Amino acid sequence: MTSASLPASAKRSKRVLPGFGLTMGVTLTYLGVIVLLPVIALVLKGAEIGPARFWAIATAPRTLAALQLTLTAAAMATVFNAIYGVLMAWVLVRYNFPGRRLLDALVDIPFALPTAVAGLALSALFAANGWYGAILEPMGIQVVFTIWGVAAAMAFTSIPFVIRTVQPVLEDLDPQYEEAARTLGAHPFTIFRRVVFPAIFPALLVGITLSFARSLGEFGAVIFIAGNLPFKTEIASLLAVIRLEEYDYNGAAVIALTLLIIALVLLAISNILQARALRYRGKTG
Amino acid sequence: MSVVAAPGAMAPRESRLVPRLLIGAAVALSMIFVVVPMAFIFSRAFAAGWQAFSQNILSPDTLHAIYLTMLVAVIVVPLNIAFGIAAAWVVARFSFPGRKTLLTLIEIPFSISPIIAGICYLLLYGRQGLLGPYLLANDVQILFALPGIVLVTMFVTSPFVMREVLPLMQAQGSEQEQAALTLGASGWQVFRRVTLPNIRWALLYGAILCGARAIGEFGGVSVVSGNIRGQTNTLPLQIDLLFHDLNVAGSFAAATTLTLLALVVLIGKTIMESRRA
Amino acid sequence: MKSRIFAAAIALSLAGPVLAQDKILNVSYDVARELFEAINPEFAAKWKADTGRDVTIDQSHGGSSKQARSILEGLGADVVTFNQVTDIDVLADGGLVDPNWRDAFGNNASPYYSLPAFLVRKDNPKGIEDWDDLVAEGVQVVFPNPKTSGNARYTYLAAYAYALDANAGDQAKAQEFVKALFANVPVFDQGGRASTVTFAEKGIGDVLITFEAETGGIAKEYADQGFVRVTPSLSLYSEFPVAIVAENAKKAGSEEVSKAYLDFLYAPEGQKILAAHFYRVHDEAAKAEFAANFPEVKLVNVDDVFGGWDQIRTEHFAEGAILDQVFVNQ
Repeated sequence: MTSASLPASAKRSKRVLPGFGLTMGVTLTYLGVIVLLPVIALVLKGAEIGPARFWAIATAPRTLAALQLTLTAAAMATVFNAIYGVLMAWVLVRYNFPGRRLLDALVDIPFALPTAVAGLALSALFAANGWYGAILEPMGIQVVFTIWGVAAAMAFTSIPFVIRTVQPVLEDLDPQYEEAARTLGAHPFTIFRRVVFPAIFPALLVGITLSFARSLGEFGAVIFIAGNLPFKTEIASLLAVIRLEEYDYNGAAVIALTLLIIALVLLAISNILQARALRYRGKTG
Repeated sequence: MSVVAAPGAMAPRESRLVPRLLIGAAVALSMIFVVVPMAFIFSRAFAAGWQAFSQNILSPDTLHAIYLTMLVAVIVVPLNIAFGIAAAWVVARFSFPGRKTLLTLIEIPFSISPIIAGICYLLLYGRQGLLGPYLLANDVQILFALPGIVLVTMFVTSPFVMREVLPLMQAQGSEQEQAALTLGASGWQVFRRVTLPNIRWALLYGAILCGARAIGEFGGVSVVSGNIRGQTNTLPLQIDLLFHDLNVAGSFAAATTLTLLALVVLIGKTIMESRRA
Repeated sequence: MKSRIFAAAIALSLAGPVLAQDKILNVSYDVARELFEAINPEFAAKWKADTGRDVTIDQSHGGSSKQARSILEGLGADVVTFNQVTDIDVLADGGLVDPNWRDAFGNNASPYYSLPAFLVRKDNPKGIEDWDDLVAEGVQVVFPNPKTSGNARYTYLAAYAYALDANAGDQAKAQEFVKALFANVPVFDQGGRASTVTFAEKGIGDVLITFEAETGGIAKEYADQGFVRVTPSLSLYSEFPVAIVAENAKKAGSEEVSKAYLDFLYAPEGQKILAAHFYRVHDEAAKAEFAANFPEVKLVNVDDVFGGWDQIRTEHFAEGAILDQVFVNQ
């Protein structure tokens, strides 16, 4: 899944082409019925609660703890994915080695594999009697039922984002700048820092935002491994479900709306970054 | 492992140690985080032997879950393709006020938790929801039945086809289509003869991703399914159910079907990419 | 071509009612999975013998409160078999269940009962015999989240009742005790069965607290692991109330079979299956046959110790009430 978006040079005609009415109609109907109507139901529920009560629920200690955990774990997962993603993109683009294509194909597994299956496998692997847990627990590292488990599940499900956004940029990057730097005697790390990194940075930022947004929303994989301890390993979307199960519709709606707002803000940031990244690429390429 | 520099990418002067270390690290991390979890699923599924595995897979409830999951995918993917093409066409080929807003709206489901989608649907179609009383009066069952599962899956997967098709349509521009129109082709002919062949791989790729997501959807569906055994349990829910039935081998056996599907998706995608390139 | 398919579909849907068999949906609590898997075929056979009609019984299991909420949202349950009176009261408040549902069947509409009991690891290495032993340092206790699980609410109340009994009714001491108990819990799963998985499959914790019925079933299921059932000196009488979801049953025309289904739980055959699954029953013959399943225990009940469910709801489970206080300060 690439995050490519509108090239600034896209040619649009002024309705010379047919089908505006039909396609616009289909788009708006689908969007309206499937996406907007349900979201409006949520917003109406939120409005019903009133700002004072809304604020009280959103800032209740347990809600805050859940939001904080979700954000922290998502940040941890994203840091891991940024490092792993750049490493993978670099290795896949710049080196030729046996099994490169296979490695390239493997990257997409987390998108294809249902998250519940991923959660099931990860929780069994990291459990005290699992393959990884048996190694880690004697060393005093516990993953299941801790924030590390939450972060691991989030990291798994968003692995491809950074790789897939950085990869094409690296492919387009003309190696002659690096060659030039190298001829001038620059250290390889300096070359990476001064030449390569600035070029991939906008794409990396986009990948990071996407990865972070996905981590915030992840549910299936996390609940298997998290242990769901209030104030410790309870993610925000699970708290929303728990509130529902306690017949607390207002609580659930407030948490859901808060997550929706965070997601929209991230979406806006991602769009701005994408626009900038494209402008940057337009300049260098 | 021999390291061969990609043409023009590596200067021969540089030490080979760094590339080897980097490749080693990339391969090791991918093994730990991607390959082993997948291998683990198969190892657990077959731990009790082939016979137990086939027994678990062929249990009526699991079979029904497979059927239901496929049914949902078969309904959702074509609708999503139609929506994806229409949305990409309208955004790529026309300029109109609110175009950017429309794009953002289309992308909403991609960035919010499916759980929230489930909650939204509950608040809309639930007995106590906005449309609940109306549905009840007309005896229409949406939640805890196939329509609810399909709708939530449509919500979650809605941006997938559009995201793949749009960049391609924009990159290709509309000259060919305009030319065809000038030559007297009808709108429908232009679409079938010019547009569709141009976008077909992106379309197929988007459809595959949409299908994979539809099949694997868990959070949103879990809110609206009602978990009736052999009735409204999709495969991911069935995995969860078997796990809590203390039938761990059965749970992993059901998981292998989804893992295999994921692998098929990957192979399809790889083939598609080589065709596109 | 199309019209022929259409015609066939109409013919099928018309033929439907003639061939129709009875069908009910039993929405139930989390750990009752194996129980109803055993009961349903027996009931179907009896129904067939009595009426000559076939019956399909669909099952849905989950946390009792979650299930009740789903029914309120439109899940088409004909009957509910829950582990918590309050969850049926919610349905009654929502107009789906007759307000006098507790009088519709015997024993306050509770055909069987159980109690929170313990399951410990092989040879009981931590020497856990009673509630006191659970608050000792270094003992890990596993039970689900009392906010979402009826099972765990009984555990919480039983521990509270035990502490009240041991401390001559001192509320402060009882709360301290429960707080200490909560502090020893490494993980709160959402439902009873998830806790069982945590204890038995993932190997976490020294003791699992859940319904006695579940401890019996698990000890049997995982015989190779040698789990030991432990019955505390005092525990809480846990009702398992049942009701017909009148509104749904009326619409589906399943009132008759629904009533027969719930009656079956009271009948000697039903009671026997229940006792075999480690649920305590009222039928004398079943009691005698499975006496070995049920050790002696002093049982107190909700009304005597806590003044009934309404009071429990406001004093213990409401937002910011006692449960929240002991749950938060761990």
